[in-house]
Amino acid sequence: MKNIIGREVPEYIEGIGEIDMFVGAWEKLRKGWMDEKTISPPNKAKMPHQCKSCLTFEEAITNSSPKNGMTVSFHHHLRNGDNILVRSIEILANMGIKNITLAASSLNEIHDPILKYLKDGTITKIWSSGIRGEIGKAISAGVLDIPVIIHSHGGRARAIHTGKIDLDLAIIAASAADEEGNATGSFGKSAFGSMGYAGIDSRYSKQVIVVTDNIVEYPCVPNSIRQSFVDYVVEVDSIGDASKIATGSTRITKSPMDLRIARLGAEVIEHSGFFKQGFSFQVGAGGASLAVAKYIREKMKKAEIKGSFILGGVTSYGVDMLNEGLFNAIFDVQSFDAAVCSSLVENRKHIEIPAALYANPYNCGCMTNKLDVVVLGALEIDLNFNVNVITGSDGTIRGASGGHSDTASGANLTVVVCPSFRGRLPIVKKSIHTVVTPGETIDVLVTERGICVNPMKPELEQNLIKAGLNVRKIKDLQQEVEAIVGKEKEVEYTDKIVALIEYRDGTIIDVIRQVKRNG
Amino acid sequence: MKKKRRTMLYIPGNNPAMLQQGGVYGADSILLDLEDAVALNQKDAARILVRNILQSTNFYDSEVCVRVNHLDTPFGLEDLNEIVPLQPDAIRFPKTETVEELAKLIKIIEAIEDKHNLPHDKMTIHAMIETALGVQNVFEIAKFSKRVDAITIGGQDLTADMNIISTKDGSGIDLARKMIIMAAKANKIDAIDTVFVDVNDEEGLRKETEYGKQIGFTGKAVINPRQIDIIHDVYMPTEEEIRKAYRIMKEFKKNKKAGIGVFAIDGKMVDAPVMTRAAHVLELANIDFDSI
Repeated sequence: MKNIIGREVPEYIEGIGEIDMFVGAWEKLRKGWMDEKTISPPNKAKMPHQCKSCLTFEEAITNSSPKNGMTVSFHHHLRNGDNILVRSIEILANMGIKNITLAASSLNEIHDPILKYLKDGTITKIWSSGIRGEIGKAISAGVLDIPVIIHSHGGRARAIHTGKIDLDLAIIAASAADEEGNATGSFGKSAFGSMGYAGIDSRYSKQVIVVTDNIVEYPCVPNSIRQSFVDYVVEVDSIGDASKIATGSTRITKSPMDLRIARLGAEVIEHSGFFKQGFSFQVGAGGASLAVAKYIREKMKKAEIKGSFILGGVTSYGVDMLNEGLFNAIFDVQSFDAAVCSSLVENRKHIEIPAALYANPYNCGCMTNKLDVVVLGALEIDLNFNVNVITGSDGTIRGASGGHSDTASGANLTVVVCPSFRGRLPIVKKSIHTVVTPGETIDVLVTERGICVNPMKPELEQNLIKAGLNVRKIKDLQQEVEAIVGKEKEVEYTDKIVALIEYRDGTIIDVIRQVKRNG
Repeated sequence: MKKKRRTMLYIPGNNPAMLQQGGVYGADSILLDLEDAVALNQKDAARILVRNILQSTNFYDSEVCVRVNHLDTPFGLEDLNEIVPLQPDAIRFPKTETVEELAKLIKIIEAIEDKHNLPHDKMTIHAMIETALGVQNVFEIAKFSKRVDAITIGGQDLTADMNIISTKDGSGIDLARKMIIMAAKANKIDAIDTVFVDVNDEEGLRKETEYGKQIGFTGKAVINPRQIDIIHDVYMPTEEEIRKAYRIMKEFKKNKKAGIGVFAIDGKMVDAPVMTRAAHVLELANIDFDSI
């Protein structure tokens, strides 16, 4: 059946069950509670002075009593420098464990080597906020029988609270830990900053292993993971390559196009009505999105505006703005830049927050609900402002839901910055491959060829027109783009569903179907 | 309102992606280049590409110019034959040295226009001065035809022609800059400064643009879109200048109705040159004179 935003989603899916349909961005929240029950964290005990240290990673995993059908979780704070996820799966596979549900907060290209375990039945189910590289391609080609579930960062916390993701083993990489498992990402040779996504795993998983390449003298302070939740601690040579955590995403782009779009984005924010004393702000890392911060920084100085807080994935650019006094605090759920670590340790206004506080819609104070302005990217956007950040132009999975829908839902002003086309591929389109973030939560689209305001925000449109900005109808822009790049060849799909897009409230907003192979 | 020419963005004529995006950066003018940016073995391809781009691409509010090859090269005439019928806003003629070659250029352009039933007064010509001889003759060049509505200086070639080392302060070409400005001003046309080649040196660009503005350049050529905002920023009048210009124009309108030509503001005489300057300030600040 077609859901409320016109996406074809079956009411029942094999391997998943009945589908809870998306009913609108805020519809389920209006009640003030959720129908699903939350589960209790596991009860565990240790004998007095029982040693948690293991000699090898294999020993730690063996001690956690792995079994067929288990769910194993990982955080993605090491991004594309992660050495732990692949190694863990290899160990489990060597032990003959089958039918694993992988609950990684995100998957990157570095995780490509686990593809063979998707093929041989070691991993049969995946929950993740993002999937890239060969794994994304293989899933789109139908390598798994059970559809993958793509959740948002806030949605993941919710799903763990409700037991939809029922964790048996959490393997938590840390750049420093003590023998009891107090652990952090904020210092050590592989420092990666905040451990925002790992906290809830340590609390809810039946077994918890902290893996580090830096055992420190007891106690490890500051710590993000507490000893009371940790079963085993193991030291390895290297948890990952810290230089690949950033992957260059925190440098301000030199691309003239991205800078042009970013400048327009900053002008939109300036004239939106939300650029005022005490405003809160979030930008994504990389490309035009981060570059918006560069221009906002200049505008804040010029207008002598001081903001309240910076939220989100934090870059050294955000830290500079905090240090200049442009914002009062940073709430940091993940750090995009190793340079952020010293600030996290030394500046008490740089506050590490867990995923649930960041974005879980089902609590009384998620930070995304307090956001004034968020700047986001898009792989595609349709005439109703629905945004795709997960599938590429060929219909395969190659992106991340991340905090996109969480922040869009919460912010007073959600600005999407992207070029109107890339190469010969249209970004602004009549219809998009996949909807991750519903258009009702997107306020304005900023491209190099014009600014389009969601018709649900007439006042914003008036403000931008008054400021002399190039405001135009999204349909006109889409037609111009089509005239430039031509009509796209339709991607052909089979009926097989390879992934579900879960909205942050747990409903299903869209599905991804298997891409038909040529010939 | 007269079109502003604060920035002229060079785009290589053989780069389809850059050509297609040329109009989105907000440059006052864009310059589709068939000359130095294009390798000898790509001249034909670039000419065909620019011809097609001119017919198919929306450059929004930017003035569109095409820099053709010199008539002394095997490509110059071919360039004109392909480009003139499409009537871009302007043709930029490189290495202009004498009025004789300018006369030859205009004759060819007009012959092509006649062949296509096109007027002679629509497309203008920017004469580019890139040699010592060109600098010596610049006043005559600027004066020669009404079609010439801008003189531009090509710093790189001029430096080479003068056999001097290029320095960041541009001292070697300073006299040439000023002679070109004077020739342009004497003929009431625009003078456009040469490019600033170090695209990562934003401060250097700002400094050079400020100097150019101070000595009288109307605008500056740009080799990377990232340079546009800085140049526009430099040419943006200060708030105080805008307020003053606004007052002058308002008084002027009032006095004009009463039939008074010369009047005073704060005890200072306001006459035609002051008003011209005030109108220019408002124009740079995007304030429409007629809306006052």
